[in-house]
Amino acid sequence: MPLTPEEVDHVALLGRLELTEEERSLFTKQLSAILDYFQQLRELDTTGVPPTSHVIPMQNVLREDAPTASLPAEEALANAPQQQQECFLVPRIIE
Amino acid sequence: MKPAVKLNELTAHEIHELLASGQVSCREAAEASLARANEVEPSLHAYVRLTPEVALRQAEEIDERLARGEHLPPLGGVPLALKDIMCTKGLPTTCCSRILENFVPPYDATVVRRCNEQGLVLIGKTNMDEFAMGSSTENSAFGPTHNPWDLERVPGGSSGGSAAAMAADEANISLGTDTGGSIRQPAALCGVVGMKPTYGRVSRQGLVAFASSLDQIGPITKDVTDCALFLNVICGHDPLDSTSVDFPVPDFTQSLGKEIKGLKIGLPKEFFEYEGKRVGEEVDAAIQTALRVFESLGAEIEETSLPSLNYCVATYYLIAPAEASSNLARYDGVQYGFRSPGDDIIDMYRKTRDKGFGAEVKRRIMLGTYALSAGYYDAYYQKAQQVRTLMVRDFQRAFEKYDLLLGPTSPTVAFRIGEKSDDPLAMYLSDVCTIPVNLAGLPAISIPCGFSDGLPIGLQIVGRALDEETILRASYAFEQSTDFHLRRSLPASTKAAADARAVVTRKGE
Repeated sequence: MPLTPEEVDHVALLGRLELTEEERSLFTKQLSAILDYFQQLRELDTTGVPPTSHVIPMQNVLREDAPTASLPAEEALANAPQQQQECFLVPRIIE
Repeated sequence: MKPAVKLNELTAHEIHELLASGQVSCREAAEASLARANEVEPSLHAYVRLTPEVALRQAEEIDERLARGEHLPPLGGVPLALKDIMCTKGLPTTCCSRILENFVPPYDATVVRRCNEQGLVLIGKTNMDEFAMGSSTENSAFGPTHNPWDLERVPGGSSGGSAAAMAADEANISLGTDTGGSIRQPAALCGVVGMKPTYGRVSRQGLVAFASSLDQIGPITKDVTDCALFLNVICGHDPLDSTSVDFPVPDFTQSLGKEIKGLKIGLPKEFFEYEGKRVGEEVDAAIQTALRVFESLGAEIEETSLPSLNYCVATYYLIAPAEASSNLARYDGVQYGFRSPGDDIIDMYRKTRDKGFGAEVKRRIMLGTYALSAGYYDAYYQKAQQVRTLMVRDFQRAFEKYDLLLGPTSPTVAFRIGEKSDDPLAMYLSDVCTIPVNLAGLPAISIPCGFSDGLPIGLQIVGRALDEETILRASYAFEQSTDFHLRRSLPASTKAAADARAVVTRKGE
């Protein structure tokens, strides 16, 4: 089941990637081959088999809803590419 | 008095004896590893960053504590190589990706904190495949690592830097991470010991996430004793990681030296043959010889089969990229990391990720996004998670009968740099021996068990969930009966040294 270049474009948009023309044609070919290889899983009957959610049996992990120290704003912002007034700065979202 | 031994070549437990008895200082130990790194790094590139200031400061602190008569912890003062995927406060942590090139974590990972508390001395951060995605360390944004046994070959991956640093004696102990074999396969290809503990044994807090249901931190060391000592440091429950297991942590060194008479060992045929192809002849021969050693020590060995393992590569390469595509969504140029300007926010995201990620990371994000997208989720992701359940069950059945499962760690010895870079599927298939273990969350080790034309071969031993002890017991018994772990790669400091090794290898043939 080969992927079309249009499908590759759609997946790239979903994954927030921008592909060069070269990557687009390379990925179309490579991803088609990999997905084709994955078809072997269809041979296995998995009717009624639950999907694995956690390999070591575990219940929900909860803690007391008590306030604890968190990262100071200055440290949380230290790695930001752009910041202003103790906020992360991004291109305009609302017109 | 200058010590006669080369401190950087010692195991951690050997160096501990010298430090504890005051024969050498922690500073001397750190200097030995740093000097060795400076000598061989131009040809190896095991580290992406050496940290001499941190190392000397930490070493001097421990020397002062020793001078005050304080007790030296078992790994106190031991020079450490740390994979650059574990967060170090105030020191860049890059995952060998352009997108995190300038990222400086505001906190230490839990394992790093534990190492600091026990007085380990950080020599540097080691090279890896970008975001741990790869089996050769060729996917590092900062250039590949070379195998100390043959500079033309890969060290394996993704923890290739840590494994090469051990093989070339650029530190005395190291940490890697293993999502599909990334500790065990490079350990095998570099002739050292590497263990992936049970999923949940070691906290993942502060470990940059690749595939959260598979990732696990573990030691890469020069022998099995060091592996046990390091597990004592890093294992244990952490409230900051909700998947960390609240289960008692034994003293792992207590498993060493116990006999293995009567131990039941299974050989899954799927570890030796995949899609009709047998593992390499030289690997097969070394494993068969190793099996005779286990038999001579009184272990009972039997062939067995875990049929669902025949689908492990397809299953893994659906689940791991799916989790990765979700985990790596956080790299959007907003809170930290690289940003490329764009016309609007979506354009900014896309340009940032296009320039920040390398080819393999993009490929896996594409694969994972596709497998999780509307219309394909059931056929791919859901199906893979169901097949994963079949594998968990096959392992459970096998462990009702056997104490351990054995096989090769890698189907081949180290391959040549560039040999598989253009064929992602061929690269994925090199993980066939190790990925079933991650899918089932089990502990497993790789120990040196032979050589072929001067290249190391690794033996993989898999145990029951939370039973690292039986693995260590068997590994130590094997190590005591063989000398593969004592062989060192020749100094790879210059081209001349590489040529010298080529001559030695030819003579040995």
